[in-house]
Amino acid sequence: MMKKHIVMLAAAATLATTASTSMAQTLDAVEENGYIQCGVTEGVPGFSFPDENNNWTGLEVDFCKAMAAAIFDDPEAVRYTPLTSQVRFESLANGNIDVLSRTTTWTMSRDTDLGISFTGTMFYDGQGFMVREDSGVTSALELSGAAVCIESGTTTELNAADYFAANDMDLSNAVVFVNQDEVVQAYLDGRCDVFTTDSSALAAERSTFSDPDAHVILPQIISKEPLGPSVRSDDWQWFDIAKWTLFAMINAEELGVTSENVDEMLESDNPAIRRLLGVEGEFGEPIGLPTDWAYRIIKHVGNYGESYERHVGADTDINIPRGVNQLWTNGGIMYAPPIR
Amino acid sequence: MADRSLTYVRTEMAEALPPPKSTTGISAWMRENLFSSPANSLLTIVGLALIIWLAIPIWNFLVADAVFSDPEGLRGEACRFEGVGACWIFIQARFSFFIYGFYPPEEIWRINLMFLIGVILMIPLLAPRAPFTRTAAVLFFLVFPFVAFFLMAGGILSLESVPTNRWGGLTLTLIISLIGIIVSMPVGILLALGRQSRLPVIKGFCIAFIELWRAVPLITVLFMASVMFPLFTPQGMQPDVLLRAIIGICLFESAYMAEVVRGGLQAIPRGQSEASFALGLSKPKTVALITLPQALKHVIPGIVNTFIALFKDTSLVSIIGIFELLNTVRAASSDIAWQFPTDAVTGYIFAGFVFWLFCFGMSRYSIYMENRLHTGHRR
Repeated sequence: MMKKHIVMLAAAATLATTASTSMAQTLDAVEENGYIQCGVTEGVPGFSFPDENNNWTGLEVDFCKAMAAAIFDDPEAVRYTPLTSQVRFESLANGNIDVLSRTTTWTMSRDTDLGISFTGTMFYDGQGFMVREDSGVTSALELSGAAVCIESGTTTELNAADYFAANDMDLSNAVVFVNQDEVVQAYLDGRCDVFTTDSSALAAERSTFSDPDAHVILPQIISKEPLGPSVRSDDWQWFDIAKWTLFAMINAEELGVTSENVDEMLESDNPAIRRLLGVEGEFGEPIGLPTDWAYRIIKHVGNYGESYERHVGADTDINIPRGVNQLWTNGGIMYAPPIR
Repeated sequence: MADRSLTYVRTEMAEALPPPKSTTGISAWMRENLFSSPANSLLTIVGLALIIWLAIPIWNFLVADAVFSDPEGLRGEACRFEGVGACWIFIQARFSFFIYGFYPPEEIWRINLMFLIGVILMIPLLAPRAPFTRTAAVLFFLVFPFVAFFLMAGGILSLESVPTNRWGGLTLTLIISLIGIIVSMPVGILLALGRQSRLPVIKGFCIAFIELWRAVPLITVLFMASVMFPLFTPQGMQPDVLLRAIIGICLFESAYMAEVVRGGLQAIPRGQSEASFALGLSKPKTVALITLPQALKHVIPGIVNTFIALFKDTSLVSIIGIFELLNTVRAASSDIAWQFPTDAVTGYIFAGFVFWLFCFGMSRYSIYMENRLHTGHRR
């Protein structure tokens, strides 16, 4: 092992001068390797985790699979690199991975200052509220005067205070703890009526409860934590591929194209579907992909809604309500520019 | 007068009576050892209460409230009830993940074969008076690393190639620590000898090396290896992240080993080497035959200490996303099929037990070696 890599190192040193010109050609490098290198979490339920057969799975893993499907027609042509939050941006910037899909919040400083660019939002996370089902509460606006369990000194606490003040509600009964485990225990012990933190974390905590069905997450999201994939800023072609992979999944859901009906949809008369599936037009060509790139994504991975339902939807133990992640046509904010 | 014939004289010895009840048996032992004074009685009661206070919840968690079987195939659901203890079916279900990581299931025989070869070769090296010691040493240190690497990585002889990002679990923990141990020992000895050298260049280099690596936390070394190092090499031309981490660990541990060995060398009286020179032995022979063997024998506890620390330190590679044992345990508890209240705790108990097993084994072996080599100056 060592010898081989020492040789590689020596080769690397001699090629150092020529390498900088090849930086921009991620797609070429990926096609040469035969796989995409995808940075994922070390295990976040529903988003990316190794399943019982030791395969990476989850909503964010599906994005990497979709890119692999678009490029190689094979969703398994992905090499996963689990990354801690400390090394994720460096790993992307220095080329260890080609795309980062790792519960990363899109913020201005990350987008502009780290040499990486976010390509879209895969999941609108944000602070939510959980209550016991038998309390009968169905909206966060009914929570005035409730005993809310909050972790102290976090943005969670400030967000809750803002939300309650803005809606003229009473937060004087809040119960504050120093860490999340205590908050959860206090909520389970019945010391408070409401438990608040990021909605994906609420769902993950709930799935470990002895009786998850006795608790509901309210639909209101009161802070902005858009989670999305990101790529290096130096390759616009690769950026476009990543961006439109997600858009294709969202458009497919909007147009009702699923992994099951995608073959029938090839015959559709709807021009939007015909463009999406590559029956009409050459939309893959400018980004270096074949015309059926979106067909491959939908065929192998499915549309956004399918992926959502499969990993975090109502039939899973995680069970995060679609909420703001609904399509814009269904009252959410998931919206993708048209393919035309 | 009384009849003289009635006078009773014993003709044989009376049988010895047992000691008074109060000085024998369990009650006496307790009185003597546990309740000999009011203060001792109090301590006994407090101690007993403490043991019960600790033991009962631990017993309940590990055994009484634990889940041992899952006949209906409910997976995480089977452990999701109020007051559940350890969920052993979770360990059972994900056991191969903890041992082999992401290694392709149909290729796992390669890891097993590698372990088998390794264990067979190690027996003559570790057991006293075993035959073939020399052959085994040559095979183990010179041939086995290559065999093991090609078995793990594949890519030749129609073995399917398995990239290092699929290596993981206990296998990877053992690989990292074994390479660390095998490399740091000789390098450490060389550094220790170099530090005592009269040649300023060698001495200076060794001191600089040791002091540099000992002054840096291992986490920093790992971050440097994983994040900083690729910035100096062009894209796509980087050595494997696992290789980088292993090299970092080897350099780091060599510096520690050097200081342990130097401690042993300093304990050898000057007369030993003087006597050796007087007998006409050269400097290298003096070191190899006289001082070094004695020095190493003195510092066996220190060396094993370093090995055990190294073995446990391997879990730090999880912070750069390498899936050694601890990381596989952590990742498995995020599986949505296995969400239950004690998923993390159960996994950590298992990982802790495996680490303890290996460390305790090393420690026992070191005591055995000390006793065996302690022929000269037993006290």
